[in-house]
Amino acid sequence: MLNYTVKRLLQLVPVLLLISVLVFALVYAIPGDPARMLAPPDASDEEIDRIAERLGLHRPLPVQYGDWFLGVLQGDWGNSISWGRPVLPDLLRRLPATLQLAGLSVLFSVGVAIPVGVLSATKQNSLIDSVSRVGSLLGLSMPNFWVGMMLILLFALQLRWLPASGRRGFEYLILPAITLGTSGMATIMRVTRSTMLEVIRQDYVRTARSKGLSERVVIYKHTLRNALISVITVIGLQMGFRLGGTVVIERVFAYPGLGQLAYQGMMHRDTPMIMGNLMLFATMFCLINLLVDLIYAFVDPRIRYG
Amino acid sequence: MAERLSRSDIQVLETESVSLWRKSFRRLMKNRTAVVGAALLVGIMLLSIFAPVVATHNPTEQSLRNQLRPPSSEHYFGTDDLGRDIFSRVIYGSRISLLVGVGVMTLRGIIGITVGMVAGFVGGRTDHILMRISDAVISFPGILLALAIMAIWGAGLVNVIIALSVVGWPQFTRLVRAEVLSIREREYVEAARGLGLSDVGIMIRHVFPNILPLIIVYASLTISAPIVSEAALSFLGLGIQPPDVSWGRMLSGAQRYMRVAWWMATIPGLAITLTVLSFNLLGDGLRDALDPRMN
Repeated sequence: MLNYTVKRLLQLVPVLLLISVLVFALVYAIPGDPARMLAPPDASDEEIDRIAERLGLHRPLPVQYGDWFLGVLQGDWGNSISWGRPVLPDLLRRLPATLQLAGLSVLFSVGVAIPVGVLSATKQNSLIDSVSRVGSLLGLSMPNFWVGMMLILLFALQLRWLPASGRRGFEYLILPAITLGTSGMATIMRVTRSTMLEVIRQDYVRTARSKGLSERVVIYKHTLRNALISVITVIGLQMGFRLGGTVVIERVFAYPGLGQLAYQGMMHRDTPMIMGNLMLFATMFCLINLLVDLIYAFVDPRIRYG
Repeated sequence: MAERLSRSDIQVLETESVSLWRKSFRRLMKNRTAVVGAALLVGIMLLSIFAPVVATHNPTEQSLRNQLRPPSSEHYFGTDDLGRDIFSRVIYGSRISLLVGVGVMTLRGIIGITVGMVAGFVGGRTDHILMRISDAVISFPGILLALAIMAIWGAGLVNVIIALSVVGWPQFTRLVRAEVLSIREREYVEAARGLGLSDVGIMIRHVFPNILPLIIVYASLTISAPIVSEAALSFLGLGIQPPDVSWGRMLSGAQRYMRVAWWMATIPGLAITLTVLSFNLLGDGLRDALDPRMN
């Protein structure tokens, strides 16, 4: 297991390198003048020249990249143009809020989807099966930020049960987490249902039944456990979408996380902030995928030794 | 002799694939979800084509006397904060959504399929480099990368289509590459090579037709994603710009008036949901009819 973990961690290095090249290229290697982009909108040509001089933009691109990347490795992610202070501490301060939101949304997705998916599969073609299938189809079709707006309309403005914006306690997390988790829930529900239906027909399940095991043991111990592998895969695959979703949903709920910081950076064309966010989100995505792979390897020994 | 045999082999395979298409179509028509999805979609397309006829008002005309009016017989879906008719705006908004969906899928397809076929067919270092690049692109949450591109390049329809295509092509590449790797070793490809066909010729004449059903299924299953992404970009103010009408942009404007004008926040979202739903239904049906493996 340790060998496998180290191997996977090492495989991460080239991917992260390439990610940093892409982030750098997005800002510095595009057609047009990066100095003009980094300058205030009303800057004169001389000012732009001075900025280019100061930032060393006349040097060859690979040299500039090397310089920037060394800084990134040493924790110098540049200064935000809007706030004039280092980007990295701000990013790290906002990180926990976004991780909380994403984590809670996973809990919501899984907590609803697995029981409903199991029920749907074990009572195939029943009323609950139809309801859950229509529900998951709708959940997949609604844009997440609109789900958020509708939840605000109903639970915050009409019923006044939950707050619509901010982050001053657990109740502030509920609506954003449900919003972020809805489409994931719909997918997990579908996958749980279809893999359960597949596994239920396997020989070892028939054997378990014929041994006289109770239906509950057959479903939860023999069927669900084996169906969980595909559910874990889906949760991993969804993480990119989920992390990206925080940008939009934090905006809807005025939730002070990384996503809001990214959004503000984008709106002000704050390039160091944009680059910092891209680096951080992509790194998180890679680490989460690594974690999913490690969970696999833990669950399924064939992967470790294969 | 060998040549004639392999030629007829190829012919047999090709006639088989024609009847496969016909069989798939028949299966598709029997699939109720697919038919419902297709019907909805045809309806939405007709509405967007005949928008000038269907719309009751000019979608961009402001009327300060008619601000924030609730739905009525004059304004079916009410009016927004500038007195514009929401029904007409929703009808016109379908144009942008469909255009973005089709445009992005086409561009993603062209990039993704080309890269995937080259990677799978050429193999070796080319394959390795191309796949690492697509791994890196996939590592960014799509909407975040698209937002960054929009922030740097500027908002507008063309940039939306480009940004969303830049973001989504690697999924196509992975799919196509995996398929090409398995097709590459089939007898008919070897036969074609034996006949002296070039690599490019083999890819276009023999590999591409065989991965086409898979591509169609994948495209129809995922075409709703760029539609939702466009709405999200426009919602955040970095997508479609006025005077173009976008559902996402309408929702963005609705946020400030949620307390007083529920219709502003509700109707454009329903329009997006209905469009996405019809694509999803059709996609599910196509998958069942064309590609039993993807169940």
